[in-house]
Amino acid sequence: MSAISVQGVWKYFGDFPALRDITFDVEPGACLALLGRNGAGKTTLLRVLAGLLRPARGTIAILGEDARRREAQRRIGILGHGIAIYDELTAYENLHLFGQLYGLRDPRGTAIEWLEKTGLDRVRNGLVREFSRGMRQRLAVARAFLHDPAVLLLDEPFTALDDRAIGTLQSLLREALAGGRTIITSTHQLREALDLATHVALINRGRLAYHGERTDEMLADPGWIYRNYGEA
Amino acid sequence: MRFLRQSLTIAAKDLRAEVRTKEAINASVSFALVILLLFSFAFDPSGDQIKEMSGGLLWLDFAFAGVLILNRSFARELTNDCLDALLASPVPGAALFLGKCLANLVLLLAVELISLPVFGVFYNVHWATQFWPLMLVVVLATWGLTVVGTMFSAMTVNLRLRELMLPTLIYPMIIPALMAAMQLTTVLLAGQPIGGADMLWLRLLVGFDIIFTALALTLVETVLIG
Amino acid sequence: MRQKVMILMCSLAAVLLARNLYVILLSLPDEASQGAIYRIIFFHLPSWFTSFTAYFLAGVASILYLVKKNSVYDAFAVSVTEIGTVFTAIGLVTGMIWARVIWGVWWTWDPRLTWAFICWLIYVGYLMLRRAIEDPSARALNAAVLNIFSFTTVIITYKAIDWWRTQHPGPVLSFRTGGGRIESGMESMILWNWLALMLLSAVLVMIRMRQEQARREVDALRREVHAL
Repeated sequence: MSAISVQGVWKYFGDFPALRDITFDVEPGACLALLGRNGAGKTTLLRVLAGLLRPARGTIAILGEDARRREAQRRIGILGHGIAIYDELTAYENLHLFGQLYGLRDPRGTAIEWLEKTGLDRVRNGLVREFSRGMRQRLAVARAFLHDPAVLLLDEPFTALDDRAIGTLQSLLREALAGGRTIITSTHQLREALDLATHVALINRGRLAYHGERTDEMLADPGWIYRNYGEA
Repeated sequence: MRFLRQSLTIAAKDLRAEVRTKEAINASVSFALVILLLFSFAFDPSGDQIKEMSGGLLWLDFAFAGVLILNRSFARELTNDCLDALLASPVPGAALFLGKCLANLVLLLAVELISLPVFGVFYNVHWATQFWPLMLVVVLATWGLTVVGTMFSAMTVNLRLRELMLPTLIYPMIIPALMAAMQLTTVLLAGQPIGGADMLWLRLLVGFDIIFTALALTLVETVLIG
Repeated sequence: MRQKVMILMCSLAAVLLARNLYVILLSLPDEASQGAIYRIIFFHLPSWFTSFTAYFLAGVASILYLVKKNSVYDAFAVSVTEIGTVFTAIGLVTGMIWARVIWGVWWTWDPRLTWAFICWLIYVGYLMLRRAIEDPSARALNAAVLNIFSFTTVIITYKAIDWWRTQHPGPVLSFRTGGGRIESGMESMILWNWLALMLLSAVLVMIRMRQEQARREVDALRREVHAL
């Protein structure tokens, strides 16, 4: 059973098709790097996968469950442009909140565990408003991983991260992959993403222009894929 | 049930955040007091007419001050894209909505319960004579206002002109609830119980609440996820 | 074909209106207590009927849109709501003129006038919301939900105002002949004029729907160009 199965997905904004007949599968344990220019449809696709948008046509299954069902959403972790943590709550309160929303058996314990993992344990009762940028990013990562999601959807996660945060995120992602999790990450930072990726997909004007394994050529020459499968 | 528990979690989160910053509630209470002050220039505060207008004045005050809080309801989720995280979670849109309504209800009631004694002092109205019936009317009407206001807050969350649009949309929509509240409150502030003819208004208020709560719970998911 | 239907309905409406005007102004007698001004009822009442029908149809179209997600229902909803708003305004103005002549005041908190003004505000709000949302899909969805809320409150408010007026009685702008009933000649004219207005409205709705469809196409093309 695929981790993520996308069949014939179309998404319209008015009469404009932002996604056209997208069909692909991602196996468990794979890491898919989602490439494409701005406005190609990467963010739209990720939002549809996360259940934030409804496709006009087509189906999406997460580990066999229809993506719109609550069970599927329980297995997805997201990290987007915005870090999605509350400034007026403490680090602990933020994680505890999301633990409860995801129906964890022990939200309290899990929150503390992730605060330790991301090195935020000493500031657990500090308001996020007062955190540095790096600390906020680490907390955001904790929030995304908190409920042990089988699938991670990341929208340009490396953008504007400092080196320490990039390192933490990369090691967490590697650990997740080693544990059999599945990742889709859209990115402009080809190097960091291709390093981690097992597969690559290119979205061009709403269509899936390329989908295949990540080869060593791609790693050596990240621009290759744009040149060969980019604009017609 | 899980639905209720999730709603309460959301409500608690909103209230905790608001209690810490006190931004919306400070603005709302100040506004409510200013309006009471302005009324004193518009009408003769010591006249007998105040008795007839008391319900009307009070609910105008509550409605104007309340919209400040309702406006913030979904807007507060926009910072850091928190709304995305909430919608991507297993919590149903309706539970998210109900949680926010509950939090807003508490905040609006807080503003109203502060304004009520001040109103009593400013306009020499003995408001506590029919205390429990008055509280019933206040809660019912505030719920009506909250449900409609929170729903529209969800609808307008992404709009640039949100602060301008929300009042325009809310007030005409809640006129039946306001009419009922004003009528009942005037009677109760005069020390009279709610009698035969006025039971009609109480039923209208309850009916309004039920209908709009049902509509909102059904439709909010559509509004939040495009 | 569509063009032909529109021209046909338009001509019918024009002919009907012309004939009605002739009858209204020239052949119907003056009314017992009000004099000549009562003739305004032949536009006042049909305007009400037309606008309420329009609001009802808009509500139905909105529900259909939410169920079927077909943009035709959305185009219909906005077109018909605009018609409703215009005819509500006409109803308000004719009502005000009537009130001015009968009572000497431009406005009175007559239950019908009050309710009409509330309706007008509610649906103007709907039109404002539509203008404020740029994405056509989000616009259609949110507008449909707002329309359902609007129609619900329009109905509740109708009843509520009646009850309010029993406790706060005031003047009522209504039509009374000597015997308290509307003469059959006048009644049929009201209905004829309503038909004329409905035909006219149908034409306007069709034109407006075509415009809405064109707008969607232009919007899609613009996005397409930006994506290049």
